[in-house]
Amino acid sequence: MSPMKRIENTVLTVLTLLAALVWIFPLYWTFVTSIRSDENVAGNTSILPDEFQLKAYLDAIFNTKLTVWYVNSIGTAVIVTVLVVLISMLCAYALSQIRFPGRRLLYGIVLGSFMVPAQTLVVTQFVLMNDLNLINSWAGIILPQLIAPVVIIVYKQFFDSVPKEMREAVVLDGGGEYTILFKVFLPLNWGITTAMSIVTFIGVWNAFFWPFLVVTSEDMMTIPVGITQVNDAFGVAYARLMAVAMLAALPVIVTYIIFQRRVTEAIMISSGVKG
Amino acid sequence: MAMIENRRRKSLIALTMVTPFVVTFSVFFLYPMLEMVRMSFTDAPLIGGGKWVGLDNYLKLFSDRLFTISLKNNAYFVALTVIPTTAIALLIALAISRLSGVRQTVVMSLFFLPYVLPVSVVTEIWAWMLDLQFGILQPVISLIAGKPVAVFKNPYWVMPMVAVVTIWWTNGFNVLLFIAGLRNIPAELYEAAALDGATTWQKFSRVTWPLLWPVTALVLTLQLILQLKIFDQIYLLSGGGPFNSSYVLLLKVYREAFQSNNGGYASAVATVLFVLIVVISVLQFQLLRIRRNA
Repeated sequence: MSPMKRIENTVLTVLTLLAALVWIFPLYWTFVTSIRSDENVAGNTSILPDEFQLKAYLDAIFNTKLTVWYVNSIGTAVIVTVLVVLISMLCAYALSQIRFPGRRLLYGIVLGSFMVPAQTLVVTQFVLMNDLNLINSWAGIILPQLIAPVVIIVYKQFFDSVPKEMREAVVLDGGGEYTILFKVFLPLNWGITTAMSIVTFIGVWNAFFWPFLVVTSEDMMTIPVGITQVNDAFGVAYARLMAVAMLAALPVIVTYIIFQRRVTEAIMISSGVKG
Repeated sequence: MAMIENRRRKSLIALTMVTPFVVTFSVFFLYPMLEMVRMSFTDAPLIGGGKWVGLDNYLKLFSDRLFTISLKNNAYFVALTVIPTTAIALLIALAISRLSGVRQTVVMSLFFLPYVLPVSVVTEIWAWMLDLQFGILQPVISLIAGKPVAVFKNPYWVMPMVAVVTIWWTNGFNVLLFIAGLRNIPAELYEAAALDGATTWQKFSRVTWPLLWPVTALVLTLQLILQLKIFDQIYLLSGGGPFNSSYVLLLKVYREAFQSNNGGYASAVATVLFVLIVVISVLQFQLLRIRRNA
């Protein structure tokens, strides 16, 4: 490599690293603010952390309903994730492996609903939830979030590519379709199940619009909706606000850091860039 | 006989497998969709019936200034986000793909991390960074405007700044798609180009760009659809203001339905947005398919 080329390379790498640091700066600044005391936040433009105290965090935990919102978020997100994966996997298996009347129509509906913007349906979904008496309940938050055509499409793709011989072996042993699904197809596709679960979980944890509409009582709010209340309750106290933001983001940040490769993979697969 | 029996049994098993999806889909998706269309022809409040008014709600849209403003703002927001985020994501993806090993992983996560944050966390972070008195970014704003600006309370600044926040938040997703696309380009093509003495720019314009175009088209259309549905960031940062300068269609749906109690009219606005997005999705699907078959 020529010296010119080497310098160019180094410069580009340094620029990329700098850009990445600039990009993540807002999150870093949130953290720095959150470990300062309220008096020390206003007008403090020192980029480096000059104080480390958890008062804002303790305030956030004990003087807001954060823990209640945590329970709501974890509960609804876990339930939605498990149900979405289960419902989609079953449907995808039937679409992929069993010939039954209406199969093509159903797959057409799945593909079609992929294009339908669910956000525009909120008015009548709300009316329906009201009729069912599910406003301000976990069920109200959960039910409309169970429809995930993308997960069905991805599962079907993977099931389609499982070799025929694998299922025939089970059939010879007298196993039915459910046995084939849970003993052969599921173990073969654990990777995709993990990947889909993680992105579904992150998506549901972050859902704002629907939970914001269907929940009006503070005790039923999920994290993303609840934390918008803190603002009103405290007035402008940025250290506490940022501590709340950090706590609200923590579960998804940790999930992402642990399952980074799965998240990346899931996004690439479900958008069809990598099959 | 046994064959028919067997087939019927299989159909029955299939039925048990698809029922959970079919039921949830019908009740919480299909039914609300049909109800939305029906309701848009009535003068119903949010809760409780109304009477049939035919096309009245749709005709009313033409004279509703706030609807026109929302439509324009939606278009403005699309212009502010779709192409910029695609260009920025491509640039970042190209930069990341030069790196390797741990360095690549770390840089990629730094660019991706904002994407996993809840929207209200994102808006709170930026509200703090852009706080009129103490915002760490106000010196940058002053550099441009000559003085600090309460950006989300200013009719000129509000939409561009919501766009900046949105791009910061969602760009990582696009970066990932581009990185996947870049990985799909066979290395031999670059080697061949290098043997022919191609410059960096030639490699990009003759190899990378044409082969990456399907991904670029995908990112552009996904973004177009996503940004048309803007609500959360606007609601949380500016509430549609000031002077309706950030009022958008989904906010209009929300306000009409949940604050003015005009269920019928809100449904009409929602139906328009619905049709708009479905038409774009179908066009995009056809376009991508044509390209794939070509």
